[in-house]
Amino acid sequence: MFGLTALFLARFQFAFTVGFHIVFPAFSIGLAAYLAVLEGLWLKTGRSAYLDLFKYWLKIFSIVFGMGVVSGLVMSYEFGTNWSQFSQKAGPILGPMLAYEVMTAFFLEAGFLGVMMFGLNRVGKGLHFASTCLVSIGTLISMTWILASNSWMQTPRGYIIDKATGRFLPGDWLQIIFNPSFPYRLVHMGLAAFLSVAFVVAGVASWHFLKARREGRQASEQVRLMFSMAMWMAAIVSPIQFIAGDTQGLNTLEYQPAKVAAMEGDWESEGRAPEILFGIPDMEHETTHYKVQIPFLGSLILTHSLDGKVPGLKDYPKDIRPYSPLLFFSFRIMVALGCLMILVGLWSLWLRWRGHLYTNTLLQRLLILMAPSGFVALLCGWTTTEVGRQPYTVYGLLKTADSVSPISLPNLETSMTAFVIVYFIIFTAGIVVLLRSFAQEPHSNEEGPSEHEPQMAAGTTQISHHPHHWAE
Amino acid sequence: MMETASSWLPVVWAVLAATAIFIYVILDGFDLGIGILFLKERDHENRSVMMNTIAPVWDGNETWMIFGGAALYGVFPVAYGTILPALYLPLLFMMLALILRGVSFEFRFKMTSPFGRFFWDTAFCGGSFVAAFMQGIILGTLIQGIPIKNENNTFTFIGTSLDWLTPFALFCGLAVAIGYSLLGATWLIMRCEGALQETMRRAAYGLGALTLLAIAIISVWTPQLHATYMQRWFEWPQIALVAPVPVAVVIVSLTLFLGLRNKNSEILPFVATLLLFFLCFSGLGINIWPYIVPPSITIWMASSPPASQAFLLCGAMFLLPAISAYNIYSYYVFRGKVTADHHYH
Repeated sequence: MFGLTALFLARFQFAFTVGFHIVFPAFSIGLAAYLAVLEGLWLKTGRSAYLDLFKYWLKIFSIVFGMGVVSGLVMSYEFGTNWSQFSQKAGPILGPMLAYEVMTAFFLEAGFLGVMMFGLNRVGKGLHFASTCLVSIGTLISMTWILASNSWMQTPRGYIIDKATGRFLPGDWLQIIFNPSFPYRLVHMGLAAFLSVAFVVAGVASWHFLKARREGRQASEQVRLMFSMAMWMAAIVSPIQFIAGDTQGLNTLEYQPAKVAAMEGDWESEGRAPEILFGIPDMEHETTHYKVQIPFLGSLILTHSLDGKVPGLKDYPKDIRPYSPLLFFSFRIMVALGCLMILVGLWSLWLRWRGHLYTNTLLQRLLILMAPSGFVALLCGWTTTEVGRQPYTVYGLLKTADSVSPISLPNLETSMTAFVIVYFIIFTAGIVVLLRSFAQEPHSNEEGPSEHEPQMAAGTTQISHHPHHWAE
Repeated sequence: MMETASSWLPVVWAVLAATAIFIYVILDGFDLGIGILFLKERDHENRSVMMNTIAPVWDGNETWMIFGGAALYGVFPVAYGTILPALYLPLLFMMLALILRGVSFEFRFKMTSPFGRFFWDTAFCGGSFVAAFMQGIILGTLIQGIPIKNENNTFTFIGTSLDWLTPFALFCGLAVAIGYSLLGATWLIMRCEGALQETMRRAAYGLGALTLLAIAIISVWTPQLHATYMQRWFEWPQIALVAPVPVAVVIVSLTLFLGLRNKNSEILPFVATLLLFFLCFSGLGINIWPYIVPPSITIWMASSPPASQAFLLCGAMFLLPAISAYNIYSYYVFRGKVTADHHYH
């Protein structure tokens, strides 16, 4: 098919499936934390709007989590089917970490998800809240293990290479897990998940503000509440994310300078480097065309000093240079969206102070457009870091070309076609169902306490009031 | 010390992995079985009831498979890296089927149009059947053996991508689908009442008979595949270990049918089916041991270094009991009969 190689198709398939997958765990991480906060606030204040929002977003969570589970299932097997050489060589190190992820996080999420979704009228409020928190903690633990594994592939430490088989053997597990880039990546990814969800929530709220305005009525209390919470999140977290991204940049410069050179489109290593705002890196002619640059800024951003030395791609042999054009743009899109988020956050603070937070239609229109911005930035960020690791799977040690399975091309073509078709079906259906849920305005629960006799919870707690069919 | 660790750690992990796979088989077995039984049940309400008996727990059930994959990767990377390429297509079809089935839990209840409902009902039913069928093919392929080349202790699969397409593996696929349906039917006898329970009771007779027939055929067929399997079953002292199995199968089957006949017994058929699965599973275990990729890779050859296996075992000792505890708790919370007005969605 189109003269493609098995290696290329295996890489393309991985990029396709992981790109599809990553959106859902990020959505789940942010949303689970949001749900725990909402339920906690409801229990603390007794304000029913919090419970309404909890139920509203729980419906979304159920769809998002289900799609995350099934697309993640594919990942855990793709290593074996398409990357069997990688699995045999790096398996002794990465396998236990992934197994720990399943044991400490996945089971926790799946075990308490049922109680969280369907259990409010079956267990006590306290136990239910505990379940929600456990699901949220599960998503965070899961992220921690995945980021530890991924970071080890970027900045491997604590391994011994077995001479006979070329396998990586574990030497020191603490060094493996707490490898040099792990803390930075963990923080950056966690904040990205929270921000992504904040912008989805803000987008949905904005939609209902504008709709209510068109219909000449006030948006519901729930809409205002979730808009306000989302805007606090954007205002507080997006500047923190900027700092987190900056420190990760410093870390990357220290451990993966070739990646930084490719991200910046820099060819010559130099002090007092300019920052290229726009340009088109050309791998063949070793230059960046149409450069628009600001003097000294490159050194200032990357090294925090005006004459700091910035690496250039010419420092590295041609065959180990990451593909700069892709990195250059994915990195810039991420940064641009990040800056936009900071501006929106500041704007919301100003409007809040002036008392116009819920009435500024310009902000609301912008936020509808920005609803998926967190996910776009997250995908661009992952593209930058993963493509920047090339041509290695384990940075500097194991080439991607030596990681692939001895799989025939027809197999990969079959599976790729099948994945595209099936993902297209479920992704389309998922978007339709999500948008349909978003189109419903969150409102006060019209159903009072159930007319049915109170049920006994698993323990002895009696549920005094629970809306019937509440998780419908 | 390391020498002895590298001999017993793989054994511990083989037992743990087998246990995890068995837990997966029975848990996802009954929920896949319910999907297959959708074929038989036409009524929309009844289908909802069937789905609602598993809606709160299927996620947890499927996690055992992800654990199986991750543990295989961590403790037997060689097996992981050779079995998976050999089973590329069956695994692919299983994954796609599980994806469609998994999302249909959410989508089915949210569809308003008849086409949407029909589509996701079909996805749920078809996905469950294909997943079960592929799992049987995977099992059959493993039993019949996977051709492997060993170069400098790097093992590579050297067969073709259609090696799994044999009568034996296909029959195993069918057998697993039938067995899972029996698990699903007996689960529903336990969790439902009224007409639906009656339907399932009737279905379970036929499925029980078919399951026993399939067990008999596979038991006769398997020893013919390899000389070593033949020795395993009919030589001393293995025969002493193996001889009670057919006897136990007969006793358990009788219990199953007695349970089905007695209208008051709602739990016994399910328990008997579980025992039947356990007997088959241990039979297969005895058959394959100590190979993890028959006929050439033993559990020791497939193992990751003791440092990896020990690291994971430390955690597993505490985590697996905890996981089992809250899994059981989750089943306990959602115990009892499910009727049409219990809406989990």
